This record gives sequence, structure tokens and C-alpha cells, in this order.
Amino acid sequence: MAREFKGRPVIAGECKVEAVVSRQGFNTLASFQKSALAKKKETIVSDQNNSDLFGKNITGKALCLPQTIGSTTGGMVIYTATALNIHPRAMLFSEPIDSLAAAGVILSDVWTNDTITAIDNLGQEFLDYVQDGMQVEIKMDGTVIVG
Amino acid sequence: MEYKMILTPEEEAILNGSQGETMAKVIKTLILYGETFGAKRFVDVTAPGHVVTSFGISVMSPVFNITQELIDAGLKAKAPFTVDPRPIDYANVKCNPIEKLIFSKILYGEQARYEAQLRKLGLKDQNAFTCACYLDQVGNTPKKGDILSWAESSAVVYANSVIGARCNRNSGIIELFGMILGKVPEFDLLTDEDRKAKWIIEVKTSKKPEAQVLGSAIGLKVMEDVPYIKGLNQFIGTTLDDETKSYLKDMGAATASNGAVGLYHVENLTPEAVEFGEDIINKDAKVYVIDDAELERVKASYPVMWKDPNGKPDRCFIGCPHLTYAQLGEWTDKFEAELKKQGKTKVGMNTIMTTAPDVLEAFKAGDKAHYDKLVKMGIHLTSICPLMYMNNPLCGKKNVITNSNKLRTYTTSRYYTNNEICEIAVKGEI
Repeated sequence: MAREFKGRPVIAGECKVEAVVSRQGFNTLASFQKSALAKKKETIVSDQNNSDLFGKNITGKALCLPQTIGSTTGGMVIYTATALNIHPRAMLFSEPIDSLAAAGVILSDVWTNDTITAIDNLGQEFLDYVQDGMQVEIKMDGTVIVG
Repeated sequence: MEYKMILTPEEEAILNGSQGETMAKVIKTLILYGETFGAKRFVDVTAPGHVVTSFGISVMSPVFNITQELIDAGLKAKAPFTVDPRPIDYANVKCNPIEKLIFSKILYGEQARYEAQLRKLGLKDQNAFTCACYLDQVGNTPKKGDILSWAESSAVVYANSVIGARCNRNSGIIELFGMILGKVPEFDLLTDEDRKAKWIIEVKTSKKPEAQVLGSAIGLKVMEDVPYIKGLNQFIGTTLDDETKSYLKDMGAATASNGAVGLYHVENLTPEAVEFGEDIINKDAKVYVIDDAELERVKASYPVMWKDPNGKPDRCFIGCPHLTYAQLGEWTDKFEAELKKQGKTKVGMNTIMTTAPDVLEAFKAGDKAHYDKLVKMGIHLTSICPLMYMNNPLCGKKNVITNSNKLRTYTTSRYYTNNEICEIAVKGEI
């Protein structure tokens, strides 16, 4: 059964994509580093400390997460991933977006020809409900329909 | 597009292209960034900036395209800025020929181009490469109340907490945009309200806690919130002297990397705790008690990331964040005593201490006795960023030990306390 959640659009957008879920903070640098360095066409998460995502492909998907964590290079790493076209299609935050992720999605929006749709404040219930592989439909007003 | 931030006529004009298309994108980025966090207006930046991106890593070429666009548009920081440390120093951090080739040609192939870009954008000087830009010898030391556009988590938390300046935990590029515009959106740690503590940390240990473990415990618990730390005065006093500032530098870096702390207050010690006392604590603040057992629990929770956990250490890094002038002297004395204890004259493994270029020059000139001793002990001094040095598949495979909780967090290196690491480095094995 599909469930609907309402968040705040940080970067508004519409899409219907597959979910990939991190229940813990997403370490941006550690996650993108290996694929970016190897000039891969997709991001296979390389953060060994994140058992939810390690080894999984997040390119073109809806990355569901609480917040990002780690180095203050985080924003420009997200921007770089977008410029290299290995970024997730959307980032769906259960909590308020953090400053590094915000910088990343805004830099992507203003300085590249692509965007990462970003919705925050979706709540813990969203993160508890969504599972890897579920279809996620995102609407311009920040509505997220899961399943 | 309608914006919620209230812009001055000058800011409105910049947004509409009065200073060119690139500058319009710079201010648009900062407006969107500020509005995400409820900023109502811009405030003027009042002190020089600090940039986190110091490495010309080839994969970040989209970032270097932005910096080139800024240069082509004739834009520059309003004041000379400092930047994080360089990633490589072949003279003092030895690399084999294959590593050297990969570093120079592949990994950091854009280093020369990027440093040339930084100079055009307003880099302070050739010695400006350090994460501890606030040290006296470096001179990018803000005053209490200054508004900053900095990135580098360890520098931001130091400036906010120990100096009482005001800066958000900005991402790379955002800090450069604030330095170019000369303004930053006002939110979070720039406001009185958000500088209040949401946590009370009660330190109840039997002895002075290891700064890097205490900071780690606090960061892991409070994450991005502001803590007010009680019970430390009995160990580190109530005066911000060199020794205490060094302690707070290391503790703060661990709070910022193990969590996401941008500001902490220490009772009777840091500027805002002294000025406001407990009025700076939120009424509903949560309490976290740290005793000996809790520190031991936190330290024991660090995963060992080495391929062979029983392997021999290859290299020891001390100084992340960069060591202060006083710390260089203290480490010299510490190693001298340990060598004597173990009946040796030289350290038993490749041991590297990192400090700011300006601090290193001052140390060589002003404390030659200690400097000569370090060299004689076989210890190398450099100004690289050990984190950037290790953050690649080649170096990630090395068995590195460190006393830095930040380095441990972001790399495969293994953490040891100051006493432990001194003993291991002299012995050459764990």
C-alpha cells in the first residue's frame, strides 16, 4: 500500500524513481570518493562504515537519509557528483537538511545543467517505512508517495 | 523568482546582474543557502577568510571550473585568505616511485593549476596552507564577535568557541562565495539564540581526559548541537594560555569530526561562557555525564580498519589539526623521555609531525634546541594534511597510527592516545 509523506522542498522537482535507504548519517566524501576517483559512470557507495549503503549504486535513485555527515568538503563533493553525472536523482531527508548537503544541492542547481531534487523534514516515520527498491514519487510541493 | 530574504538595493542589483552574470550566480547561491536555514538578511564579513579546498585532485575538476569562472569574471576575495594544507611533501613524507607518479600525474595532477587559481583569487601567501590558520604565527586570527566566511570544521569550531567569532559550518565553495561577496546570510551560529547550549556535559573523570577522546565522546553524543562543558577547569584551568588553547584545538576538532559540532562552551574558560555563565544554556538542555568508564567505552568502540589488525605499523602521524608552536616543544620533550626510557636514540618507525609552514619556520628559528633534537631523533616535520595524504586507495592500505581522532574518522588510520603513540613510535611496533 502506498503511503504519502509531506516535506519541504529545498530544491523542488518531480520524478518517480527507485529508493535506496541509509538509516544512518550519509558520509558524503567517504561515499562518493572511490567511484569519483576511478571515474566510474555510477556511484557505488564506498563508505565502509555505512552497512546500509556500502557497495550499492545510488546514481539516478532517490537517496533516503536522515542527514549527511563528515568533512566540510561535502557540498562540493555533491556538486562534483552532479557535474560528473553520477549523482542521485533525489535526496530525501527525514530531518532538516544540514548545511553541507544544502550547499551541495544548491550548487548543483545554480552551477550545473542538472539538479538533485531535495526534500527535507519528511520525518522519522518516512525513514522507517521506505525500503530499498520501493518506487518513490516526488511532487513539486514536497509530497513524497512511497510504494 | 521571489526570495524571502530582505535584500538591500545593492544586493538586489547584484542579483539582477549589475556586477555580471557570475557574481549574480554567486549571490543567488548564497541567498538560496541562507533561505534554506531561515536567514532574513545578509551580514558583512568582518575578517579574512579560510578555504577548505587545498588539493588539486583531478576528479574535482568541476570545482576548478567554478574557480576559473570566478577568475575570468574578475572576481576576488575581499581580503587575503588562508587555505587548508597541501596534500603532498615528497621531501619529508617519503613516497615510493609508483606513489609519486600516481600522486603527481593522476591524483593531484591539478595541484599547480589550482594553486595558481588560489593566488588569483587572493591567497594570503605561499605559507598560507594550514588548517590552523588562527595560530599567532599564521596571523589569520579573528577577534571576538567577528563574522567569518570559513570552511574547515576544526578551524570553524575553534574560531567560534575559543575566540568567540561567528561562523557557520560552511561547505567548500560556499565559504569562497562569502569571501567574494563580503557578506554571508545570517542564520544558525551567527545568531545569539542558536549559540545557546542544548547539552550540558558533566566531566567527572579521575584525571585530565585525553582531549581527542573527550571531544570524540561529546561529538558522537551531541552531533551538531552546542554543548556547555562543566568540570574541565580542575584539569585545564580557567586561563586561555597556549597549553589550554592547544588542548581545546584538539578536543574541538574531535567534536567537529566525530560529530558535527560548530561551537562549544567551556565553563569559566571560553569567552561566551565567561561572559554569560549558565545563562547561555537552554532551559531544556539535556545532560551527558562523562566519566573514566565512558571514555574507555568510546575509545574501545573505534573500529580497526587495517587489513591485518595484528600488522606492524608503517607510519605515525601526529598533528591533525596542525600542531602549535608549544606542542612541538612538548612532543620533543615527550619523545626524548620515551627514548631514554626504552634505551634508544632514534624512533623505531617513520614518524611525522605536521604543523603550519609559518609555525615551522618560527620553531626552527626560535627554538633551535628542540628542533635539532627532533631531527636527531629521526622525526620528520612537514606541513601537509595527513588526511588528504591518506584519502586515496594507495595510502589507505598503509598501516597508519595517529593521535588524531579526525584522521581516524576519515581514514583507515588507527587511534592511540598521546602516551600510547609515543611509546609505539619509539618501539616501532604495537
